[in-house]
Parts: sequence; C-alpha cells; structure tokens
Amino acid sequence: MIALIIRRLIQSIVVMLTVALIAFTLFRFVGDPVAQMVGQDTSLEDRAQLRERLGLNDPVPLQFARYVGNTVKGNFGISYRIGRPVGALLAERLPATLELSFVAALFALLVGIPMGIYTALHPERWLSKAFLTISLIGISLPTFLIGILLILLFGVVLGWLPTFGRGAVVDLGFWTTGLLSVSGWKSILMPAFTLGMFQLTLIMRLVRSEMLEVLRTDFIKFARARGLTPRAVHFGHALKNTLVPVITITGLQLGGIIAFAIITETVFQWPGMGLLFLQAIQFADIPVMSSYLVLIALFFVIINLIVDILYHVVDPRLRIERQVGAGQ
Amino acid sequence: MWSTRACESSAKSGRDSEMTPLERVRDSADRLLDSDVYYSFRSSRVTVVAAAITAVLFLAALFAPWITPQNPFDPGSLNLLDAFTPPVWADGGSWKFILGTDDQGRDLYSAILYGSRVSLFVGFASVTFAMILGVGLGLLAGYMGGAVDSIIMRVADVQISFPAILIALLINGVLRGILPREQFNDVAVFVLVLSIGLASWVQFARTVRGSTMVEKNKEYVQAARVIGRHPVSIMVRHVLPNVMGPVLVIGTIGLAVAILTEATLSFLGVGVPSTQPSLGTLINIGQNFLFSGEWWIVIFPGATLALLVLAVNLLGDWLRDALNPKLR
Repeated sequence: MIALIIRRLIQSIVVMLTVALIAFTLFRFVGDPVAQMVGQDTSLEDRAQLRERLGLNDPVPLQFARYVGNTVKGNFGISYRIGRPVGALLAERLPATLELSFVAALFALLVGIPMGIYTALHPERWLSKAFLTISLIGISLPTFLIGILLILLFGVVLGWLPTFGRGAVVDLGFWTTGLLSVSGWKSILMPAFTLGMFQLTLIMRLVRSEMLEVLRTDFIKFARARGLTPRAVHFGHALKNTLVPVITITGLQLGGIIAFAIITETVFQWPGMGLLFLQAIQFADIPVMSSYLVLIALFFVIINLIVDILYHVVDPRLRIERQVGAGQ
Repeated sequence: MWSTRACESSAKSGRDSEMTPLERVRDSADRLLDSDVYYSFRSSRVTVVAAAITAVLFLAALFAPWITPQNPFDPGSLNLLDAFTPPVWADGGSWKFILGTDDQGRDLYSAILYGSRVSLFVGFASVTFAMILGVGLGLLAGYMGGAVDSIIMRVADVQISFPAILIALLINGVLRGILPREQFNDVAVFVLVLSIGLASWVQFARTVRGSTMVEKNKEYVQAARVIGRHPVSIMVRHVLPNVMGPVLVIGTIGLAVAILTEATLSFLGVGVPSTQPSLGTLINIGQNFLFSGEWWIVIFPGATLALLVLAVNLLGDWLRDALNPKLR
C-alpha cells in the first residue's frame, strides 16, 4: 500500500511540474510582462530596471525554479485586468465554486444511483424507459441550454427562483457560505441541478450497466438459491459489487464538475473561479489563466490520487493479487 | 442473412474489370442494401429517424443561401426596424420572418441555417483535424513502440485526465494572448478548429495504437517489412486501412461532441464572433433577452442544436453497435 502511494505521489508531482512548466511558459512568453505592468510613458531605462528587478534577465531554468517556489507559497502574481494579487482573487472565489460543485455532485449521486438501481432491477417498467430517455436527452442537451431553459421556466415565467448570484452569503472568516441562508439555498438550486445533470445521467447509466452485469453472475444465482430475500440479494450482494467502478468514475467526474462549473457559473453569473477564468480568457489575462490552470491541475491530481487509493481499499482482489505476486 | 443475391453480386464483383460503370454502381448499391449493416439500420426505427433528421439538417445548412430569404452575415440586408419580431403564430408576427427576428433584425430562420453551417463546418473540420493527428500519432506509437510510444502515450494520459472543454478553452485563451485583437476575429473559426481538434485527438490515438500493436505482428506486415518497404509506407498503406474501423465510430460520436464544444465556447463568448453567428453564438445573443420576454431568440437555435446533437449521437451509438462483431 505504501509503495503504491509513493509511486502515485511521484507520478502526481511529475504531472504538476509539467503543468507548472506550461503555466510558466504562458506567464513568461505570451506577451511581455513588463509592458503589461507599466504605463505608455515609462522610459526604456525604467523598463530595463524593472526587468532586472523582476529577474526576467536571469537564466530561464532559474526563473522557472523561482516561479515554482512562488506558486508553492501561494504567490501567483498580479492580475493584468483587475490589478490585484491573483492568489487573493482565487481565494475569494474558491468557496463559491467548491460549494456549487459539492452540492451538484451530491445531487448527482443521491439521484443517479437510485435511478440506476431501479432501471437495472426493473428494466421493462415504463418508468425505467422514461429514465433512460431522460438520460439520453441529458447527454445531448448542452449544459448551458439546460441552464437557460431553467432560468426561463423558474426564473422568468414562474418567478420562483433567483436567476443569478449566490444570494445572501455568510462570512465565516476563512470561508464564505451561501448554505446558511434561505436565499442562498434558493440560489444554488438551479445552478447545482444544471451542473449535476450530466453527471447524473452518467452515474445512472453506469450503475445500471454494472448492476445488470453483476445480476447475471453465479454468486447472485447462488444467493437467490440460498433463499435470501430479494432485498438482501439486490442491496447486500449486487449493489456492493457495482460500487467499485462507480466510485472510480464518480471521483474522476468530480474534477469534471469543477471544470464544467465554468459554463454553469457563466449562465447563472455565479461568482466563482470559473467565471474569473473565463473573463481572464476574454481579456488575455495571463497570470489569472496560468494560476487557474495550476490550481485546477492540483485538484485533478489530488482527486486522481484519492480515487486510486480508494480503489485499492474497496476492491480486495487488487490487494490479494499483489500479495500473491509478492509471495512468489 | 446472406441472400443468394448477395452471393451472386459478390461473385460478380470478381469480374470488376468487365463491368460498365453503370453496372458497377448498381452492383455496389446492391451489395450495400444486402449488407448486415444496412439490415441493422433498417430494423432500428430510431436510427432511421435520426439519420433523416441529420440529413435534413445537413442539407438545409448546405443549401442555406438558396432556401433562406435573407443573408444574416451581410449587415446590408438587415433592418433594425425589424428587430424583435415574434414568430409568425404570435401576436405581431409576420410571414416574412417565420421564426421571428433577433435584436439586430436578423431573420432567425435564416440565421439558424447559416449558423448550422458554421457549427457543422467547425465540427467536421475539428474532428478531421483530431482524427489526422490522433490516427497519425497512434500509428506511430503502436508501430514504433519503445520511447516514441511512451512519450506519446504519457502525454495522452495527462491530457485525458482533463476535460476537453477546459483544454480547448486554454488553447483558445493562449492564442487570444498571442494574436493581435484586430486580427483575431478573422481567424476565430480556425482558432476554434485548432483548439477543439487539439483537445480531442487522444481517443483516436489510443484506439489506433491498440489495434496497430495487434496488426504489426501479423504476417502481411512482416512480409512487407521483409521485402524492404519503408516503415512509413507500411504504416500508411498496409496497417492504416486495417485499423480504420473503430475510428469511424469515434469520429461520429466525436462530431457530436465537437459541435457541442463549439457551441459551448461560442456561448461563453470565446468562439466565433457575433457578426457570423454559429448556433452557440445565437444562443448567447438570445440569452440577453430572456428577461424581457423575447424567448424565441434563444429557444429556436437551442432546439436546433439539441436536435442536431441528439441525432448525431444516436447515429454514433447505432454505428458502434452495428460495427461491433461481438453483438452480431
């Protein structure tokens, strides 16, 4: 287990360094950092001085090392567009994005898994067919279109839910949350549904196909022959064995949720990191873009790491195989 | 499933050189109608409908200039006084603008057909680009093996753990930083093709690499190697035709994904400029008028996009099953 964790950790560090290199290249070579920081009337000498002071004349590997050092310390540079430190900007907006992603993932899991189980256990009922049709539409409808349709229905026509923003936000010092106020909950409903819809269909289809496969295996037949109740067979035996791939895919999708939050945040003007990143792209605000890239990569790498480890914890077969291999 | 007619026609095709061109066309048409792929097509009603919808949308986009009353890309043909005309069945609608007009007086029916053109062009071009890149790299990795293989596949591994939309956004943002702003709108379509293509080559590469590794140990490849053919010639002339089957399936599903990605990027405001709107751009424009009650500007382009993606997705699903020998 420890060897596995160390191996995965080294892999993750390599990936992070690669991403940091890309971000550094962006930061350093796309556009001239000095020209972005000074006004039109700055003399060439002042520019040269600034260049020297920023260390832009040092060898590139040294600059890269300094960039990595700064990034690790949370010093991401200053936004060209807003003129404030990127680290502070991201920290302000992180809670909004994480809250949205978390609620969306929870929604997708709590609705997707039961729907998948139902369609697998009763494949011929009309409700199952309705679920499958919905899932096909859910995959084909673009995220932003679902969001717009929701706004049109619940925001404009019915007027039940707010159509933009986070609602009233409570500041906890280190974290701002919208989940402690009624307007915050009302505001998160539509964005979370929009964001979770795609993952929901994915999880539902996955649970369904895995469960159908498991239900065909011998140990399920044997469990039925032993006279166990359908409930024990379905949930105690079948469901348990379908959850391994579900955990993997769901874990990997969590990263996808954070990335797709860019779209949802734009539709609902949700003040998160995705919206910041999108505005950075429109204005070619390289420091924000490269820092967002590094941060997202970090999320992905951590999630992948946890999923890998979890996979080995949940599936005993992987452990036994290795022990046998080690014993020989 | 093989009728006598099929046997006759396949026997006939042995005398290929003796047939007149007309006979040859009729022969290949006969063989197509008798193939099991066509049989599975005909027996799936959903697929036939999906194919019909796809064909209608493709043809409508292709012949847009001849079947629309207005060229929405030409500012001279627009009249601001026509702006916000509702569809024909609503109060104040007119037969001149069947689906109503947008904020600039663009006829939505014309704009949708011209917009589908842009969407389909970007979709096809980026899938073709991704296919050439992915198939090329996959062939190279599978055939050469060793260091080439590990470098290409490590890059693929890292890339596939990030969602394609995020990568496309990044490439788009970087190019936006490099190119001067005035020129950007002229090349926006090609930037889109480039960023979507670069974001989606991995699937092609993985599949082709896998089948290439199987093919390269077969006798015909060894024979070609023994008679001293150049490796490139072996890869392209001998291995490539034998690994193209699955590529077709990935390409079809990839087309749906590419159309969606384009629409999403355009919706986010980093795609094609609003002077030459694609379906995504139209939805983006329409979104601004949701709250003032002009729902048709967003609904009709949105419905067209959803229909197109759904139909192509269904075709891709069918193709995957029809070409999968395990399911026959």
